Amino acid sequence: MNHPDDLEISRREFLVMGTAAVAVTMLPPLAEAQAPPAAPVVKPAAVKLAFNVNGKARELEVDTRTTLLDALREHLNLTGSKKGCDQGQCGACTVLVGGRRIVSCLTLAVMHQGDSITTIEGLGTPDHLHPMQAAFVKCDGFQCGYCTPGQICSAVAMLQEVKAGIPSHATSDLTAAPQLTPAELRERMSGNICRCGAYSNIAEAITEVAGRTA
Amino acid sequence: MKAFTFERANSPAEAAAAAVRNPGSRFIAGGTNLLDLMKLEIETPSHLIDVNGLALDKIEATAEGGLRIGALVRNTDLAADERVRRDYGVLARALVAGATGQLRNMATTAGNLLQRTRCPYFYDTNQPCNKRAPGSGCGAIGGFSRQHAIVGVSEACIATHPSDMAVAMRVLDAVVETIRPDGSTRSIPIAEFHRLPGDEPHIDHLLTPGELITAVTLPKPAGGKQIYLKVRDRASFAFALISVAAIIFPDGTGRVALGGVAHKPWRVEEAESEMPRGAKALTARLLAGAKPTPENAFKLKLVERALASVLAEAKGA
Ligand SMILES: Cc1cc2nc3c(=O)[nH]c(=O)nc-3n(C[C@H](O)[C@H](O)[C@H](O)COP(=O)(O)OP(=O)(O)OC[C@H]3O[C@@H](n4cnc5c(N)ncnc54)[C@H](O)[C@@H]3O)c2cc1C
Ligand code: SF4
Ligand code: FES
Ligand code: FES
Repeated sequence: MNHPDDLEISRREFLVMGTAAVAVTMLPPLAEAQAPPAAPVVKPAAVKLAFNVNGKARELEVDTRTTLLDALREHLNLTGSKKGCDQGQCGACTVLVGGRRIVSCLTLAVMHQGDSITTIEGLGTPDHLHPMQAAFVKCDGFQCGYCTPGQICSAVAMLQEVKAGIPSHATSDLTAAPQLTPAELRERMSGNICRCGAYSNIAEAITEVAGRTA
Repeated sequence: MKAFTFERANSPAEAAAAAVRNPGSRFIAGGTNLLDLMKLEIETPSHLIDVNGLALDKIEATAEGGLRIGALVRNTDLAADERVRRDYGVLARALVAGATGQLRNMATTAGNLLQRTRCPYFYDTNQPCNKRAPGSGCGAIGGFSRQHAIVGVSEACIATHPSDMAVAMRVLDAVVETIRPDGSTRSIPIAEFHRLPGDEPHIDHLLTPGELITAVTLPKPAGGKQIYLKVRDRASFAFALISVAAIIFPDGTGRVALGGVAHKPWRVEEAESEMPRGAKALTARLLAGAKPTPENAFKLKLVERALASVLAEAKGA
């Protein structure tokens, strides 16, 4: 029997071929002249990469197509960051690069040569929780927990953004220093979706940490 | 995703030259649009040129009293710049109305201008789409077209340009600065930068192969009351159904550009003389010749009401 991966690939290739065949039969002759020149087919390419993850220097060799999220999860076994949508729409894969929050599914690992990356595993440990992790536990800021690593990384960086005076859609006066009102908190965390709907407890946990650090 | 080779560019001229040396190459900046489309094999570059190392991440004052925004300035940093918040409020507002905190930290000024349509048929490779596969037809015409364009449409394509930032850039009369593979540079007014679909909807803008955006410049501050109103299906983290970027002066005159209604940020300078006469007259001129579908005809009324709201806000009502 086929290995499940082989099966997956052959089915996919079959589908791609199928679409191409349909497209060709449907195309009026004009289309060929208008079509942009096809990119040459290249072989998968591996690239060497060195960066710092959670305070440790790491070296990897990855296929150029590897996203930062897949490099962290599949190559470095840091499975705390989650893959929810792989399209930038859910925030489950949020990590910090140079202290700034980004979605790691929409960036390539090879774009992070020399960068410093912090994942949920680097924020705190089970024995020494980061204050945001502790607040999520205390306030019950989750149900299934799938969105939680992304929520916590996002929240930590979000508080820094408010401190740095970065405006949001909820900021009423663009020229004044933003305050973390409930409306501001919700708007600034809108990139982290929680399928379980634990939002009110998530907001409570973040508010508690914000109050303490203010 | 199709396989590709990868290089990091060290200077703008080198990046542009590398692009013509490698047919089928693309620049990658934030990656938030390109990578999304590469995963779906809608974009299939065989070579990526990472431009993130280019020193194009500064916002500088120009001799004319305006601002020169480097192509790699992130959306977050542009919205947070003190001069932008004070003098170009419509731009700061448009930026923070787009995407999410994480995405704005990644998205660049050039990448935002060049993001591709969010037409669901463009995204679904099982559907016909003249923009993705020229000559295959348009799934949206006669299909689900609630989000689509109402003005400047063609028989081939009714897609909209999804950027919020570009609508503000249009009302501010921004200029796009580029460098070409032969080392020559040019300045393209934002009005001419994006095109209408016509019978070549696969071409979104005027850039030629290998042409790299280096900066976007803004003229000196226009003053006036600057407003960006985005109407969407949910309060946050959604693309615009329609949007209004406006600069309105105390005497009731002003400028206005619309998002979500056309293949490019929509501005009709001749219509702006109607502004003091109110939203109805202004809308009639702005959207003259509109060709909505039964599903998106609501946008005509929505634009008028959004303009009425913006004009009232400018009066301080
Ligand atoms: C979930 C989600 C929600 C979003 N919501 C919104 C929204 O509400 N409003 C909104 O406006 N946008 C929204 N966006 C889109 C986002 O703003 C764009 O994806 C982003 O601005 C693109 O910038 P980038 O730097 O990541 O571009 P990339 O993905 O790196 O590049 C985009 C294109 O630009 C080209 N390019 C990049 N830099 C240059 C250069 N210097 N010269 C020439 N070509 C260049 C690339 O080759 C590519 O073709 C959303 C995106 C996502 C994923
Ligand atoms: S509207 Fe344009 S982008 Fe959408 S399906 Fe038609 S051709 Fe494609
Ligand atoms: S997995 Fe990255 S945003 Fe959903
Ligand atoms: S806790 Fe389940 S998705 Fe948020």
